[in-house]
Amino acid sequence: MIDVKNLYKKFGKNEVLKGIDLTIDRGGIFSVLGPNGSGKTTLIKCVLGMVLPDSGQIFIDGKPLKNNFKYRNEIDYLPQIANFPGNLKVSELIAMIKDLRDSKATKDEELIALFKLQPFLNKKLANLSGGTKQKVNLVLTFMFDSPLIILDEPTSGLDPISHLRLKNLINSEKEKGKTILVTSHILSFVEEIADEIVFLLEGKIYFKGSIPDLKAKTEQPDFEHAIASILSSSYA
Amino acid sequence: MLKILKYSFYDLMRSRWSYVYFLFYLLLGVVLLFLNNDLSKAVITLMNVIIILVPLIGTIFGVMYYYNSREFTELLLAQPVKRSSIFLGQYFGVATSLSMSLVIGLGMPFVFYGIFNSNAIWDFSLLLVTGAFLTFIFTALAFVIALSNENKIKGFGYAILLWLFMAVIYDGIFLMSLLYFEDYPLDKFSLVATMLNPVDLSRVLILLKLDISALLGYTGAVFQKFFGTSFGLVLSSALLALWVLVPTFFIWRIAKRKDF
Amino acid sequence: MIKIFQILIFLFIGFGSIQIWAKTITVCSSCSVKTIQQGINQAEEGDTVRVKKGIYKEVDITIDKGIILLGENLPTIDGEDRGEIIKIVADNVTVDGFKIINVGTSYTSDYAAVRVIKRNGFLIQNLELEKLFFGIYLEKSNNGKVLNNKINGDAVNEYNSGNGIQLWYCKDVEVRGNNVQNVRDGIYLEFSDNIIISRNISRNNLRYGLHFMFSNHDVYEYNIFENNGAGVAVMFSKFIEMNHNIFKKNWGTAAFGLLLKEINDAKMTNNVFQENTIGINIEGSNRIEYKNNDFISNGWAIKVRGACYTNILTENNFLYNSFDISYNSNLNDNKFDNNYWSNYTGYDLNKNGIGDVPYRPVKLFSYIVNRTPETIILLRSLFIDIIDFSEKVSPVFTPDDLVDESPKMKPIKHDRR
Repeated sequence: MIDVKNLYKKFGKNEVLKGIDLTIDRGGIFSVLGPNGSGKTTLIKCVLGMVLPDSGQIFIDGKPLKNNFKYRNEIDYLPQIANFPGNLKVSELIAMIKDLRDSKATKDEELIALFKLQPFLNKKLANLSGGTKQKVNLVLTFMFDSPLIILDEPTSGLDPISHLRLKNLINSEKEKGKTILVTSHILSFVEEIADEIVFLLEGKIYFKGSIPDLKAKTEQPDFEHAIASILSSSYA
Repeated sequence: MLKILKYSFYDLMRSRWSYVYFLFYLLLGVVLLFLNNDLSKAVITLMNVIIILVPLIGTIFGVMYYYNSREFTELLLAQPVKRSSIFLGQYFGVATSLSMSLVIGLGMPFVFYGIFNSNAIWDFSLLLVTGAFLTFIFTALAFVIALSNENKIKGFGYAILLWLFMAVIYDGIFLMSLLYFEDYPLDKFSLVATMLNPVDLSRVLILLKLDISALLGYTGAVFQKFFGTSFGLVLSSALLALWVLVPTFFIWRIAKRKDF
Repeated sequence: MIKIFQILIFLFIGFGSIQIWAKTITVCSSCSVKTIQQGINQAEEGDTVRVKKGIYKEVDITIDKGIILLGENLPTIDGEDRGEIIKIVADNVTVDGFKIINVGTSYTSDYAAVRVIKRNGFLIQNLELEKLFFGIYLEKSNNGKVLNNKINGDAVNEYNSGNGIQLWYCKDVEVRGNNVQNVRDGIYLEFSDNIIISRNISRNNLRYGLHFMFSNHDVYEYNIFENNGAGVAVMFSKFIEMNHNIFKKNWGTAAFGLLLKEINDAKMTNNVFQENTIGINIEGSNRIEYKNNDFISNGWAIKVRGACYTNILTENNFLYNSFDISYNSNLNDNKFDNNYWSNYTGYDLNKNGIGDVPYRPVKLFSYIVNRTPETIILLRSLFIDIIDFSEKVSPVFTPDDLVDESPKMKPIKHDRR
């Protein structure tokens, strides 16, 4: 599905990615973890084509990303901070994104019902709370049926019920055989859903494998401690 | 690109600022015309407003819009849309909505005043066209500045500096150099210097209509050719168009290479 | 009673004598008299020579007695470029109703379509002149009239073209209702006094619409001078009155609506100066009163060069000029009062129609443009407005006392016609 080869990126003097090689196979939930500034978001943005790598290549289904934008039809992306043009209404925003993707088969109504967004459909986005915006954000992401879903901090601002619904949603997408890439700081959430984790440290992949593998490698009984031990050993 | 343009434009058309801008021009037009009751004087005052205020508003609005819609831009970037389309679409959306506020806001009072039955119609149309050009030019420059500066405060600072430079400082330097080199033939220099600043260029374009009697008083052959024939009008208009195209090209180029 | 009776008898006899003795000679191609000169030769003092429609190829037609030369249905006299066409060398001659074409061009003599030499009481009217060198040339002649003629030349260069109507050492002449175009100077006067020039139209002439020198006590009124090479030039004359004239669209590097040079004790009222590069250019002219004039959309409404003293400008409208007044020195002895200036930005708190803040019509920028003409390209720039403002607050380069203490708040309605 995704092949990342020898990816380098620096912003000014700050080297963020220092030679990433990563292969993500079709199907399953992959969680990208790492401390602040480890390059998670940069990596995801490289995959999305929002950040242009200094060197290295990325292939999606065997096709290189360079000078290509159509492949994004195959990706649903949930950005980290949901901020939309304030003067649009929720329904207009949804219609607009649909219009941009030229996509007819969507399940927006289903999702709107799921997150109980009907009362907000005719409100302007500027007047919504952070949590509601995040729900709209989720609708926009999940309403298309693309084989690759990338979620950047999907849980921020959500109440517990919505949180639960999101988890179910992610699992049901996984059932359909989709590939889902998640970054999150909430380790319990990651532990619950992730099939495999990719741990980034200082611009390199420190670990890639399942959670039990990680526990075995760090010789820690639980996930949180495993992560903590990686961090403390690297900063020691 | 047209889709993005459409949505940016709709978004802006509903924003408070467009209304403020529109109402400002409406009020200005009404005050100038109906309190003064002197069309020719109104056109002259408008010229001062247009060559100073329009660039300022275009710059500030352009920068503001870019920074305010950054997250939305990121959302768009993840969609299957070409990068250049996103930024050019947003740029044209902002510039078009600003130009429309200007043209309609000023146009309405003048139409009600009866501009169509007046000799000033050409002067007035020229003013509006120049105003629209300036909006497009300065919004584009604002986008270039904003695209090249992640830091909002810096971006705003540069934008204001750009305006201050083009509107005031440039002419100061221009005047000083003319006075300093007054013993040399200067007409070519002064025409070229005018072309290099869109504010001056628009000013001269309007002068061609309003103050042609004074401009023809100068002896230089180059001036004579420029001001005395339609050559000046054609050249200035072409250069204004170029002033739109060049920053637009930079928006396209920077957008293509930029990380988000 | 007896006196009146005497006068009546005298009039009857006088009138009757003309009736009895004056005869009419008719000229036409099929008549016994075939040329105009023949007709004149056969006529006697007081006769009428009536010329029927047709083309008469004649030059040097000399009128040596007081006759009326009358064209019927506009006959054409074609000079075939051979020289002067009609020469009047007698008193009380009338020439009326001809089309005169192809006057000869010469570098040594000023050939004219009609010339009057040292005579009195002439009347030249209803002529149409085309393809001419000089048009109507009055030389040391007095008490005559030049009325309703149309002069349309084809002048290209100043050195080989002549003037439309020229007065040289004349007195008490009226020039009225003529339309002069495309010649060198439309109307030209030199050493001519007590002349009335009224209701003429002079436009598209190569040099001046009206040009006069050393001519005193003349009146110019209700004329239109438009699009002439250099406008109207008035030089070295005294006691001139110029009223109700229109000076329009004189554009160019050395063009002005009106040039006043060494003019003293003149009066200028109710004139319109519109869209000229310079409305009035004043050099060394004193004691002139300017009142009720309109200066509209000129580059410079008034440009003052050299010494001009005790001129008074009151109740004029200065509308949308690029520069209102320009001085080349910072001395001023002229008075500006009660004018309307469209560039005035003051206020009128006591609502008496007069601005509470004096107006300074001379801008620093006009001083800069005088010094470095290329700076004109910065006209109406914000930077220029800023330096003009600072000069207004504390004048350094411009005359300190040149102010209109009581600028009007609204344009003054003037009597136009």
